[in-house]
Amino acid sequence: MAQVDGFLVPFGPVAEAQRTELIWTTAITMIAILPVLVGTPLILWWFRRGNTKATYRPQWHFDTKLEILMWGGPTLIIIALSIWLTQAVFRLDPYREIDAEMAQGMNFEITGAPVAIEVVGLDWKWLFIYPEEGIASVGEMVIPVGRPATMRLTTDTVMQSFMAPGLAGQIYTMAGMVTRLQMIAERPGTTVGENTQYNGTGFPAQRAPVRAVPPEDYARWLDNARDAPALDAETYAVLAHSGDVAKAREDLDRPGDGPLVFSLADPRLFDRIVARYRRGEPVEPEAQPGSPLYRPDRAPLPEVSR
Amino acid sequence: MIDLFGRLEWQELKLLEFFHDPSIDTAVASGAAWMTVVAAIAVIAWITWARRWAWLWNDWLTSVDHKKIGIMYMVIGFVMMARGVFEGVVMRAHQTTALDGGVLSNEHWAELFSTHGTVMIFFVAMPFITGFMNYLIPLQIGARDMAFPVLNQISLGLTATGAALTMISLVVGAFETGGWTAYPPFTGADFDPGPGPDYWVWAIALSGFGSMFSGLNFAVTIYKMRAPGMHFLRMPVFTWTALCTSILLVFALPPLTVACLMQALDRLAGFHFFTNDLGGNMMNYANLFWMFGHPEVYILVLPAYGIFSELTSMFAAKRLYGYTSLVIATMSISVISFCVWLHHFFTMGNSATINAAFGIATGIIAIPTGVKVYVWMATLWGGRIRFTAPMVYMTGFFILFVIGGLSGIILANPAINWQVHNTQFIVAHFHNVLLPGLIFGIFAGVHIWFPKAFGFRLDERAGKITAWLWIVGFCFTFLPLYFLGLMGYPRRSAAFDNPEFLPYMIVCMLGALMLMAAFAGLFVTLWVSIRKRDELAVPLGDPWDGRTLEWATSAPPPPWNFAMIPHIGERDAFAREKADGRPYVTPEYYEDVHLPPNTSAGLIAMVATTAFGFAMTWWIWWLAVASVLGFILWYVVHSFREHPEVTIPAVEVERHHAAWVEAATLNEGVTRDDETNSRNRGRAATDMVVAS
Amino acid sequence: MSDQQTNMHPGLNLGYVGGGKHEESKVFGFWVFLMSDLVTFGLVFAIFGTMRNATAGGPGAHEVTELRSIAIQTGLLLLSSFAFSWASLAMKYEAGRWRFLIWFSVAATSGLGFLIFELLDFHHLIEIGAVPQRSGYLSAFWSLVGLHGLHVAGGLLWIGVLTLQILKFGLTDTIKSRITRLGLYWHFLDIVWIGIFSLVFLAGVA
Repeated sequence: MAQVDGFLVPFGPVAEAQRTELIWTTAITMIAILPVLVGTPLILWWFRRGNTKATYRPQWHFDTKLEILMWGGPTLIIIALSIWLTQAVFRLDPYREIDAEMAQGMNFEITGAPVAIEVVGLDWKWLFIYPEEGIASVGEMVIPVGRPATMRLTTDTVMQSFMAPGLAGQIYTMAGMVTRLQMIAERPGTTVGENTQYNGTGFPAQRAPVRAVPPEDYARWLDNARDAPALDAETYAVLAHSGDVAKAREDLDRPGDGPLVFSLADPRLFDRIVARYRRGEPVEPEAQPGSPLYRPDRAPLPEVSR
Repeated sequence: MIDLFGRLEWQELKLLEFFHDPSIDTAVASGAAWMTVVAAIAVIAWITWARRWAWLWNDWLTSVDHKKIGIMYMVIGFVMMARGVFEGVVMRAHQTTALDGGVLSNEHWAELFSTHGTVMIFFVAMPFITGFMNYLIPLQIGARDMAFPVLNQISLGLTATGAALTMISLVVGAFETGGWTAYPPFTGADFDPGPGPDYWVWAIALSGFGSMFSGLNFAVTIYKMRAPGMHFLRMPVFTWTALCTSILLVFALPPLTVACLMQALDRLAGFHFFTNDLGGNMMNYANLFWMFGHPEVYILVLPAYGIFSELTSMFAAKRLYGYTSLVIATMSISVISFCVWLHHFFTMGNSATINAAFGIATGIIAIPTGVKVYVWMATLWGGRIRFTAPMVYMTGFFILFVIGGLSGIILANPAINWQVHNTQFIVAHFHNVLLPGLIFGIFAGVHIWFPKAFGFRLDERAGKITAWLWIVGFCFTFLPLYFLGLMGYPRRSAAFDNPEFLPYMIVCMLGALMLMAAFAGLFVTLWVSIRKRDELAVPLGDPWDGRTLEWATSAPPPPWNFAMIPHIGERDAFAREKADGRPYVTPEYYEDVHLPPNTSAGLIAMVATTAFGFAMTWWIWWLAVASVLGFILWYVVHSFREHPEVTIPAVEVERHHAAWVEAATLNEGVTRDDETNSRNRGRAATDMVVAS
Repeated sequence: MSDQQTNMHPGLNLGYVGGGKHEESKVFGFWVFLMSDLVTFGLVFAIFGTMRNATAGGPGAHEVTELRSIAIQTGLLLLSSFAFSWASLAMKYEAGRWRFLIWFSVAATSGLGFLIFELLDFHHLIEIGAVPQRSGYLSAFWSLVGLHGLHVAGGLLWIGVLTLQILKFGLTDTIKSRITRLGLYWHFLDIVWIGIFSLVFLAGVA
């Protein structure tokens, strides 16, 4: 896989802002910490028992000015950090869609309409559904540079956490629930869409490249995917079976290696996956992908009305 | 027909795994199982050979003396720590081979990080702090025992149950694989029907009851049994931290118990608290777990702060700076620690307002923590510092703990947290606060109070080398993980695909070896010290020129601690007596001392609950029912019996006390220059000049 | 020490046992335990609160609430607490062991009655398919009500054991102290029941 350096080498404004947060938080906190790092060795050395020049003050136990400094210093730092933090949380809230206002505030450019992406965490691969483009991809996410990616996420197994460090932070995915995440790339690049929440033996394999590409490449990638075999409920049931991308290729009889693309037969697949757990009927282990007892033929997805 | 063994079958025995399917992986698994069994047999054999059963039974297992119970907690802690450290080293070894693979199977790797975390938090850190509180609280407040000595023993029994169940899981079946947090639904019956999560649930729930009762016991002891004159603001700082920890234990353990029992109902009875379907909601588990989990961090670290407070003033030979500030800071930390739990899952899709609120609350808790560090620095200022082994730990703690504090502040910012949550950054952070913050404090404390408990000091040189090994080993092992985390390497991952990570892994491995050497160093120190025990003996009980009441007893103290309950006139009572030149007084008269009799309640509790936990794990229902009924029945019958107290006649108290006072008076005492040589017999010629 | 020491538990009317200091510690310790237990109940309440709508299409509050039975249970439990108070007074004013035991057994009987009605309710719930395995809501419902029921059952066992002890030893100081703690426990369960009664049943059907 290409160079992956996490959010220290960002290529999108969200991760970049997060890196800035890291640098500033560290710098401000240093005000409180440096005196300890420098002062402790000095105090230990100067006030060593052998040093007769040091003044011994065995009863000294209180000093009002020092107390004010001790309590006041950290308090001021925390107030500053809190203001800083609150702004950052609201600005980078993963539920807030990336819009022109945000672009202006954070000084980046939006060059096209948002791309809707629906992410399904499976054991041990990511399924990316592009409902508006009518395609789906397993083991790779591609976004066009300059267009915001508006993501809805869930899982069809245990809890997972999706993170693409070069572009944005992470968010948990939980069965029967939908969480959200936003990202945008300023320039082409690759990061890794990784699961950070342990979900079984295949956990280390659940790493999908997230590529930001120029619009032309993106269009070509979409076209390529539209020609691929269809992803319908039956294919999905096989795909959802525990295993990495290579195993999915085997199960689906799609030789080769690397990420898989599909044309999307059912644009509401994501909602049907979420609805599986919200029907008011038990979902037996046989019907839960990720369970050792899972049987694809026993796991029908419910229909959803719009 | 009753199913005698539930779902337990012969192939669950890990001992045989290697012979069925030889590989490095099964060799490690079977090896660990054999080690456990052989070690258990060896200990039993040794006790039998040395004819120590009666001694073990009468003097230790059935004793309700808080000092002995405290020491037994420490023994549990060290035994379990051997396992935890070893697992850590195996994991680090695996990681050096984990570029696109690794020597261990992923399943086994998961079991390792899960048991390592569980063991280190619940069966190393918890017994350590409980042990210290047990040993020190009554001595520091001038009491003869805990408020509820029998309950104290039962708490010990329940802690032992948890430890025993995790050890049994090495031999029979397997432990869970979802980490020490054991998040469902991964640990739910749908995804892991095996015995692993059940072991976890029962080990944690049962030992959790023990911890809750310990907290209750300590709190009541401190509230009700202080010597006359010891106002709250005259208590030693360690006792203050112990009080706050006890209150936290009472209120923070219920969420854990509730989470465990709900998880058990989900798994055993098909309930839907945390399942994917039928309205289950795993977010409730995360909330419950961390409502316990965050106060737990402070449960562990507050007593260590107490130890650091005692030792700075002791080895700087001066009064503690800012006592009131420390007390206020400790109290604030305990209260705020209940208001920050959500920062463990900023990534769960909470609203921005909630994330910001909990981020700020987390920042606020750093204020009193920072104050504490400054207070300790001010305590060193103007002192005459002796650089003994505990001070080495203290130095390591100072420097490293603030780095942990920095990473804590970084994590408190949700915007950054979204990037480093669940990565190696977190692993680095909590090792950074728990190892220097808690474990260094414990080891420094062991060095300080070991002479009190056993009558001889620990060898200074070996102790210092060990301390440096801990510090350097820590830096090598855990600081690189910060960078791996920033580069996006998730925690709990058995393998990685980025070759750049490999050098970091190798550095970590070197560090892990140093930590293993450091752990061995503890036992080397002990061994050396036992061999030189005559030279290191400090029977007069005050080797460090101590300030608080526990130093005003012989080493080891008599079972009744104090010949007469002291009257306290001010803080640091013993230091004042020494400065005034009137320590070691003979009371005007002696009285009979009444002590609670030995009991086997704790052992009964341990046997019954271990049987229960094992039965619930393996679905051996008859045993579960029998153990519960047996325990209740025993307890009911027990409550009908009279339990006459053991009376120590006044003459006996007098004989012991007079002999000690006489020896102390005859010894002219050593100055601090002779603190670490054989002239130190435990009588301090004090440095401290008290301005009156 | 002198005999001047104040009796720290006037309500207990203990004989001279070191000023009742140790007994007072025990009662205080029991209060601490109750606080911890209250946190436990509080958490189960909270979980119930988050799961109120997690019925998953199964039976909800209206189906599981049988107000008539709940009213009877509430009455019985209140009666039980009331009787216990009379028992405590009988103990305090040394009205004799039998007067005490009569009130004590009234408390026990009505507590037992409560439990029987609760079990009948549970039986009914099983009949209509409102089992805890049906939904998150029902899991939380059964756990909360069942946890309280288990506490009551434990209290009944405690009453039984203490009755035997009173018959064997009489109302000694040790036993008086035990009765005091049992009383705290018993009234505490009443308070928890008021919570369940209003938040689970009344609010459920309101």
